[in-house]
Amino acid sequence: MNTPLIQIRGLEKAFSTNDSWLGQWRFKSGKLTRHQDSVHALNGVDLTIYKGETLCVVGETGCGKSTLARVIMGLTEPTKGEIDYLGHRIDHLNNRQRMFYRRRMQMVFQNPYASLNPRMTVYQTLSEPISFHQPGLSSVQLDQKIDGLLESVGISATGSDRYPHEFSGGQRQRISLARALSVEPDFIVADEPLSALDVSVQAQVLNLMMDKQEERNLSYLFITHDLAVVEHFATRVAVMYLGRICELAPRDVLFRTPKHPYTQALLSAIPRLDTTSADPIRLIGEVPTSTKKPSGCVFQARCPYANQRCYEASPAIKEQPDGSSVACHAIEEGRLWK
Amino acid sequence: MNLLSVSHLNVNFQVKKQSLAALIDVSFTLNRGERIAIVGESGAGKSVLGFSIVNLIGKPGYIASGSIKLDNKELTTMNLRQLQEVRGKRIAMIFQDPMMTLNPVLSIGHQLVEIIRSHTKITYKDAKNIAIEKLHKVQIASPETRFNQYPHELSGGMRQRVIIASVLLLNPDIIIADEPTTALDVTIQAEILQLLLAICRDHGVALILISHDLGVVSKVAERTLVMYAGQIVEEGPTLEIINDPQHPYTQGLLNALPQMTLPGHRLNQIQGSMPPLSERPSGCAFHPRCPYATEACKQQQPKFIYSGVSSVACLMIENMIDEFDRDDPVQSDNVLEGER
Repeated sequence: MNTPLIQIRGLEKAFSTNDSWLGQWRFKSGKLTRHQDSVHALNGVDLTIYKGETLCVVGETGCGKSTLARVIMGLTEPTKGEIDYLGHRIDHLNNRQRMFYRRRMQMVFQNPYASLNPRMTVYQTLSEPISFHQPGLSSVQLDQKIDGLLESVGISATGSDRYPHEFSGGQRQRISLARALSVEPDFIVADEPLSALDVSVQAQVLNLMMDKQEERNLSYLFITHDLAVVEHFATRVAVMYLGRICELAPRDVLFRTPKHPYTQALLSAIPRLDTTSADPIRLIGEVPTSTKKPSGCVFQARCPYANQRCYEASPAIKEQPDGSSVACHAIEEGRLWK
Repeated sequence: MNLLSVSHLNVNFQVKKQSLAALIDVSFTLNRGERIAIVGESGAGKSVLGFSIVNLIGKPGYIASGSIKLDNKELTTMNLRQLQEVRGKRIAMIFQDPMMTLNPVLSIGHQLVEIIRSHTKITYKDAKNIAIEKLHKVQIASPETRFNQYPHELSGGMRQRVIIASVLLLNPDIIIADEPTTALDVTIQAEILQLLLAICRDHGVALILISHDLGVVSKVAERTLVMYAGQIVEEGPTLEIINDPQHPYTQGLLNALPQMTLPGHRLNQIQGSMPPLSERPSGCAFHPRCPYATEACKQQQPKFIYSGVSSVACLMIENMIDEFDRDDPVQSDNVLEGER
């Protein structure tokens, strides 16, 4: 449990918003100047994912949680920072060198309607990664393996000749999971895998993911904005805001005593079943887009406790006595949570 | 006097010379200022029901039989001209994705003014004033600047606010909101729901909220209808439905929520999935997924009856009530009290 599987240090990613060379020129006060605009999706993220745990990343749209997943998977290059897999640095590898790690890390995407190739049967979808990573398998072994995989995700083996459109959303998401499991990874990144599904189907997929974790000692990086799922599924939770982690805590600690003002607002906004629960804490304004590198704390614009220091200096993430880590000046100074 | 009453509504879809039933014998009423919710999985027919009320069902779908009455006026037989008097003015609709509802090439102001002026004879200046006042009402900061902006310049939550403002322009009696917060973040979702609730309360507008999220429903609606495979399977006060669900499907939906199980334990899933329209099971449509299904459920259609808590369409509960009636005809109203 306590072996770090993935370690991320100082990860930054900026996307250029005017990529073309011509788009970078501006005519301003009689002068032609060149400048590059970029969106800072990740602003220095440090994170460790341990073996066998589920780390949930939560946050609003535009906070950089999907970018984090894509950078870890190597689908996007980071601008700065390091990613280690079991102590080996992997972020600067080329495609050939990376192949070994690609097999160990797999991804499940948000939309099961878009992430499966509509022209490939389920058999083809599942056999492609297997025969790519294990070219030595005979066709009989391959067949057996695929049948076993389908059965393990609760889809009958007769379904292997069918196309994705013949399955429901939940079944498709289970096929996506089977595809991720087909190369026997030990780390799966799931980017909002449940958001396109109904409650009852969500339960099916979530149960399956938990079963597989138990069976294979998988580690998950689970990205979601649904806090009810997080409360159920996570080992630890990281709360992200504008490309930074503002709170990282074991699940129980986070849900019992949310510390960061943003976490508090986020938790109070969960639509609970009881009709009597308190009104949500209202955050003023919406998530700003990060075209400028923010000065000071990223949350200052919406924070009810912000003071002068919050506008000037960015808070460092500090560990608290109960095991959570928070980046907030107000907590550090004892204005909140003494 | 009911504001809206839908009775025995059947909506079919004509696919390849085959008529598939999307709504079967749906009946409900809505009073002035009441807030009701329609819940169910995707494919249950919630949106079809929402669309049929304003007669927006397009081909290949059509209303096969039944009636929809607004203030005792039949909507199903109206011609287009009469319908246009109802749509927007009496019944307004909010859709799931605000980006799809707003026209991307017209400014917000243009779209709002257009709505007012197409329904009432009014100068541009007056219409603009009304539009800005409504934008103010939905808590949009600096509505004068927003008035001239385009949809892409606003965030998702802001766009949904504009839609709510546009719905308010003509002071409708009923708002139908089809999954209004599904495309939004939790924090924004909470704000939009509060706004909707406040507006319905202040203006005495009736609301039909279509959602698959029981958490959302519990915050807003007074009464809830649960739909499965085109039929209403349970109807009752929201609190009762959440605290004491009667139909096995409602129970399944509630039990599948992550907060209903201890963290880290397996969730209670409903086996299988909603059948497609073409493969509707015989008898009770829920029987293949129902943990209590008996042989009778496969053949017999359950009737919609009052169980003492809510109205349910389930044979098991029907039988229980029958038995109780035979034993003790006087107390038949409290039939399920002893069960709990």
